[in-house]
Amino acid sequence: MTPALFLIALVLLGSAAAAMLSRNLIHSALLLVGAWAGLAAFYLWAGAEFVAFAQVLVYVGAVSMVVLFAVLLTRQGATAAPVEFDSFKRMIVGLIAAGGVAGVLLGAIAGTPLAISAHPAPAAISVKALGAQLMGPHAAALLVVGVLLTVALLGAVIIAAIDQPEDPAP
Amino acid sequence: MLGSGILKGLGVTAKNFVGSYHDPKRMVTEEYPDTPAKLPEAYRNFPFLVTENATDPMGTLRCVACQICEKECPPQCIYIEKSKDKKPDATGKPQLYPAVFAIDTAVCMSCQLCVEVCPFDAIKMDQVFAVAATNRFEGLLLNREQLAKPNEYFHQIRPTEAAEVDGRLTAERKAAEEKAKAAAAAKAAAPAKPAAPAATPAPKPAEGGTAS
Amino acid sequence: MNLETLPLQFRDWIVSLFPGALQWFVHHLLSITAILTFFGLFFAFTTIAERKLLARLQNRLGPNRSGLPWFRRLKLWGLTQPFADAIKAITKEDVVPAVADKVLHFLAPVVIVAFSLLGFAVLPFGRHLIPVELDAAILYFFAAGTATELAIFMAGWGSRNKYSLLAAMRALAQLISYELPLILSVVPVILVVGTLSTSEIALAQGGWTWGIIPHWHVFTPWGFAGFVIFLVAALAESNRSPFDLPEAESELIAGHLTEYSGFKYALFFMAEYFGLTALSGLGVTLFLGGWQAPFAFLEFIPSWLWFMTKLAGMIVFFIWIRGTLLRLRIDQLTRLAWKFLVPLALLNLGNAAFWTLTAGWTGPLVLVRWGVSAAIVIVPFLLLGRRLSAGYAPRTYRYAA
Repeated sequence: MTPALFLIALVLLGSAAAAMLSRNLIHSALLLVGAWAGLAAFYLWAGAEFVAFAQVLVYVGAVSMVVLFAVLLTRQGATAAPVEFDSFKRMIVGLIAAGGVAGVLLGAIAGTPLAISAHPAPAAISVKALGAQLMGPHAAALLVVGVLLTVALLGAVIIAAIDQPEDPAP
Repeated sequence: MLGSGILKGLGVTAKNFVGSYHDPKRMVTEEYPDTPAKLPEAYRNFPFLVTENATDPMGTLRCVACQICEKECPPQCIYIEKSKDKKPDATGKPQLYPAVFAIDTAVCMSCQLCVEVCPFDAIKMDQVFAVAATNRFEGLLLNREQLAKPNEYFHQIRPTEAAEVDGRLTAERKAAEEKAKAAAAAKAAAPAKPAAPAATPAPKPAEGGTAS
Repeated sequence: MNLETLPLQFRDWIVSLFPGALQWFVHHLLSITAILTFFGLFFAFTTIAERKLLARLQNRLGPNRSGLPWFRRLKLWGLTQPFADAIKAITKEDVVPAVADKVLHFLAPVVIVAFSLLGFAVLPFGRHLIPVELDAAILYFFAAGTATELAIFMAGWGSRNKYSLLAAMRALAQLISYELPLILSVVPVILVVGTLSTSEIALAQGGWTWGIIPHWHVFTPWGFAGFVIFLVAALAESNRSPFDLPEAESELIAGHLTEYSGFKYALFFMAEYFGLTALSGLGVTLFLGGWQAPFAFLEFIPSWLWFMTKLAGMIVFFIWIRGTLLRLRIDQLTRLAWKFLVPLALLNLGNAAFWTLTAGWTGPLVLVRWGVSAAIVIVPFLLLGRRLSAGYAPRTYRYAA
């Protein structure tokens, strides 16, 4: 385990934890953005340059904007996130769901063989090879994602274009 | 076509840029403190007193302390004290002169009324505007010595007006001289006829009427 | 002593002065230092060039009074003005509102300058002068560019000023709207050349027809359309006139920068100019042939000099545009981006695809290829332009009788 990986993991997990614990909603949104940037650093450490830059472009550049706009447009100024539960039953159900997800994740991590093989690291994949793979064997997945994004965009446009019933003029 | 307006606009600004190097119409900046300000002739700021020559300013002031400008000045910024004695003026006639002539230029509003009413063309408007003083009251109060400037200066700043004033003054002096000569000639001729005026009282020649 | 490889020789000489273990570190530190100093000075002279050029375009002289400290007489045509401005910015009082979010308010200028500078790492300044050789260079460039938008939000939010926030939202809307035409105008180049690496794209534009017509992308129909769209989008991305609504003084004071003073304001200013220079550099690389000489007989001039000349030319053009065009309103801006530039950029993509597929045509078919390509650029431009400006242009004026 190289010191670089420790540092990246520290930054990533630290900002994610701080994002969860922060009371100020905008601060936790920005710390989440920091966590995504840490993830991009992790991809760079692993040698996946294309994915790292795509991560920064999409998450830090665009998704962060979506999150921040959504927070600002729906919160109307009250940006302190409440951390109490609504009721006892909801707390129990929430803990069970979170516990279930954590159990599945931990089981998956424990079940994978993580032994480091003696093979040398593979040569860096060129972007051209990546593109050939995306357009060849994985073209169907790419098209489905494209359709999904188009539908989301059209849906957003339609929802925004619906005329709100105007207040009766005085 | 869409975009042709933009291209035409780019052409206009390009002409501005190129023209600013050689065409005076496209570079109108005057770098003021380094190059003197170009003022029109009629520009005025504070008054000054005209002297006939520069070598003896106090002796050749045209002002005779008639105090008309002091009375006409709307903010009353002129203060005049007449002298006790008389001194000969440019034409040789003994005239009063101002012992004290002070203008508070902080109060002066450059209305030019003092210039308009002066019968002797003694006070004219100056063009100096870069005046700065270290004191709000005494610093801008100008006395007789500071206000006196020679006629050459007047010619320099207002050539047409100075030429007109000089022409008028010389014409007046010439007319006065001729009148004096005619009166002296008439006086010389009058004693030659002592008997004629005894019967018919001839009207006195109106000498005193024409002021010289 | 080859002028072309002089910078490289200099760098190698300095690296050789250090022990082997440190050499990798010194090598990259030198590249970083070179970029920071060179583009720092470039920024300084861009500001004075802009002020003087804008002044001449507006029939006046620019700043020409700041001379040297002890030699008062030497005015040097005002070229030391940026240093005077720097001293002013550094010594100004740093006012932070009492209710401002201190962390965000402080971090915003830092983040924006950092990400603006990152873009310079992948520009090929000369034949062998690229700081970092990346396979996915263009993606890296745009990733660094989009991260600067976050800093604008931080500035607007951290100031705790509703006008700053409003202006930051408008600035973000403008930046996000113009991301799309910017990236879409670059994709045709990637399509035709087949790689995301900037150094390879600069190499691919070599060669001359009859020795005087270079094979730059801007001289092809799809390249010309792409270049124009890139220019417009680059102007909008760096918040420059005619798209400088976010920082228009008459609109919202200084927009998201209202609560910034002194050096932090200077940092935002620097970030804007760095962004502009980096985008100009990218435009030069993708469309204007990078470091390639325009004519075959001019190849003796070093490649980095050609790059700098083209970069300076683009910046002069941007300043010229600033002095000529009026500012657009926010709704006009966004309308231009979504309804005009995005459809044209998408059609340009199809155009470039057609160009690539017909690369094998020779003889009289070459004319057909050029004709069809030009038609795909011109016809939609005219039709869309006419349709969108229906009712707006040409203006008719009715004067009082």
